[in-house]
Amino acid sequence: MNLDIGRGYSEFQDEVRTWLSEHLVGEFREHLGVGSPTDDTAWDVRVEWERELSEGNWLGLTWPVEYGGRGLGLAQEIVFEYEYARAGAPARVNTQAFELLGPTLLAFGSEEQKHRFLPRIIAVDEMWGQGFSEPGAGSDLASVRTRAVHDGAEWRIDGQKVWTTFGDRADWLYVLCRTDPDHALRHRGLTLLLVPVAQSGVEVRPIENITRSTEFSECFFNDARTGEDMVVGGVGNGWRVVMTTLGLERGSALMPLQLSAEREVGELIEAARARGALSDPRIRQRLVDAMIGVHIMRSTNLRVVTDLLAPKAGLAGRATVAAATTSKLFASTHHQMLGELAVEVLGAPAVFDVDGDAGDRARKLFLLSRAETIYGGTSEIQRNIIAERVLGLPR
Amino acid sequence: MAMITTDEQEALRDVMRSFLTRYSSESDVRAVMDGAAGYDETAWRMAAGQIGVQALVIPEEMGGAGYGFDELAIVMEETGRSLFPAPVLSTTVLATSALVATGGPLAHEYLARIATGELIATVAVSEVLLHWDPADITTKADKSGGTWRLTGAKPYVLDGGQAGVIIVAARTAIGVSLFTVEAGAEGMAVTALESMDQTRRLARVTFDGTPAVLLGEDGSGWAILCVVYDRALVALACEQVGGARAALEMTVDYVNMRQQFGRPIGSFQAIKHRCADLLVEVESARSAAAYASTAVTAGADDLSVAASIAKVYCSQAFYHVAAECIQMHGGIGFTWEHPAHLYFKRAKSSEALFGWPAYHRERIAALIGLI
Repeated sequence: MNLDIGRGYSEFQDEVRTWLSEHLVGEFREHLGVGSPTDDTAWDVRVEWERELSEGNWLGLTWPVEYGGRGLGLAQEIVFEYEYARAGAPARVNTQAFELLGPTLLAFGSEEQKHRFLPRIIAVDEMWGQGFSEPGAGSDLASVRTRAVHDGAEWRIDGQKVWTTFGDRADWLYVLCRTDPDHALRHRGLTLLLVPVAQSGVEVRPIENITRSTEFSECFFNDARTGEDMVVGGVGNGWRVVMTTLGLERGSALMPLQLSAEREVGELIEAARARGALSDPRIRQRLVDAMIGVHIMRSTNLRVVTDLLAPKAGLAGRATVAAATTSKLFASTHHQMLGELAVEVLGAPAVFDVDGDAGDRARKLFLLSRAETIYGGTSEIQRNIIAERVLGLPR
Repeated sequence: MAMITTDEQEALRDVMRSFLTRYSSESDVRAVMDGAAGYDETAWRMAAGQIGVQALVIPEEMGGAGYGFDELAIVMEETGRSLFPAPVLSTTVLATSALVATGGPLAHEYLARIATGELIATVAVSEVLLHWDPADITTKADKSGGTWRLTGAKPYVLDGGQAGVIIVAARTAIGVSLFTVEAGAEGMAVTALESMDQTRRLARVTFDGTPAVLLGEDGSGWAILCVVYDRALVALACEQVGGARAALEMTVDYVNMRQQFGRPIGSFQAIKHRCADLLVEVESARSAAAYASTAVTAGADDLSVAASIAKVYCSQAFYHVAAECIQMHGGIGFTWEHPAHLYFKRAKSSEALFGWPAYHRERIAALIGLI
């Protein structure tokens, strides 16, 4: 059944499809479905691809025109992301900037900040990294200790951040700092600061993940400096700024996960067929369950997106708050189950002796998916949020 | 239910909910469980008169209101939520679908009587298996002496003891065909079953040379039943979503209220997290049912796959929520007096009806080319 979301936006959908089919060629075409927000495979090709997107005016679709965006609506963004995911185009590289920092600046940044940073993000001239978590502050983000002290016309930053995705490629970091350690309410003494990496006071050290890839880093601040004009949303307002941004539900973010999972299930079914594993009813039933999971993600996404694009202003998204809030938990759990099944279907080559592409992909899916229930809000925190905010259970 | 319901559909939901609050309270459900009639006669009459449930999806030209499956889905979800003790699944889904799909004067006649609420009807297919399979049909239909006569047994007929007419799948010389048999027919024995789920009535119906009337064309029965089957699966899935939501709401209300160790037990993380997991399942079940419902309305190519997916997922979700509901209520959840067991048993009976999830997974596997 074709419940194509682009149906009501066919001109724009055609524009996207045409452009993608004309530009997703050559080297780019060879890297379909490659990479993820935590996988730096084919980084250079993906940077080139992002520049190609930029030249085609596909970045910052909903950002105001005065900052280099196209000023389009959520509907177009969703249609674009859907067609992008369907085409299997390489995973983007500056997701931090587009999904978090950019919207933060649009909501809380000064005009100078917006003009200074947004166009360069769109031009793929500057990469961004997130400075939120610390060794002592993960789920409990409000307990961060990286200190920023006002010093003349500058801020001096000392401390340490960790799990900065693609931190070793970042030109700038957006850093949640403690500016008032004496405040009675620890949430209130925080400030979001923009900090340039290229300085002696900032040291970025890549961390190897369980596949030995260095998609995240720790960042050490030792008398690091940034200008007064690099405060976002006001001194002491950091918590509100960060929580608002993290809380922004973006319907367009649901599709890529679902579409790549769909592709993976399809590939796994063919891998099972090739190995004669489909005749085993237990494998068959688990593959059907994997496929059911993907079907449900697709249906949930359609419900959420339909609700977001609902014509009644102010009510968009309201009917599907529960569905939207439970999406990450469902998708991450499903992906882990898929990884386990993939390794079992591929068997010995995936576990003991990587033999060829398929075994390697299965192993990577299995290993990398372990992070999905941890980053972006652990599954435990997701459950707390679902229970407290959606079901109304006591804190 | 549609992907996103319209204002009119939400209005229908409100009307159904008010009606069910009035006519399908827990004590109404229990009264029917204990009573002889097997359904709430007053509520059934009111459902016809006040809302037109029975006529809802009967086409206008056949005496109905001509609504679509998305509206029926809402009715199913709300009746599932209240465990409405009335023959909705049998009459409004099974029989109505079979009659509408068949068409013709006999079907029209029955539909007109169903629409007013005066006639309860059901379909009898399963014999040994719970899912529908032509190889399972051994009840025979013979046309000797000009009258069709049925011989065989249908052990699990939904509302078999309440129906004024039963549509029976039987095998003729040509193939599986549909026949109508009215209550009290010669050679037909109807025995009420004692089901674990007392909120749904079933009967064993046996035929010993029972006179019957051919419905539709001889040998065309299975094609009709395929249409009915998918609709039945989706309607049941919607009912299961309603039941799951009710069980979850009951659980959340309880854990918010019940205090132990000086605080509501809902504030303990173990409880919170399990409730969160249940919400994920309920929302996912809703998505599966919504997609399948949309597929029915659209006559989609992937309807059978979507219907079986909804059956698998909604069955498991409803059962899991109902089981957790008992668990989180502690001791009282294990009593007859508390409603938790009503949902628990309804969940298990619904899981079995029209085929267990394991069968439907294989059906999906076959439909998507894994077998």
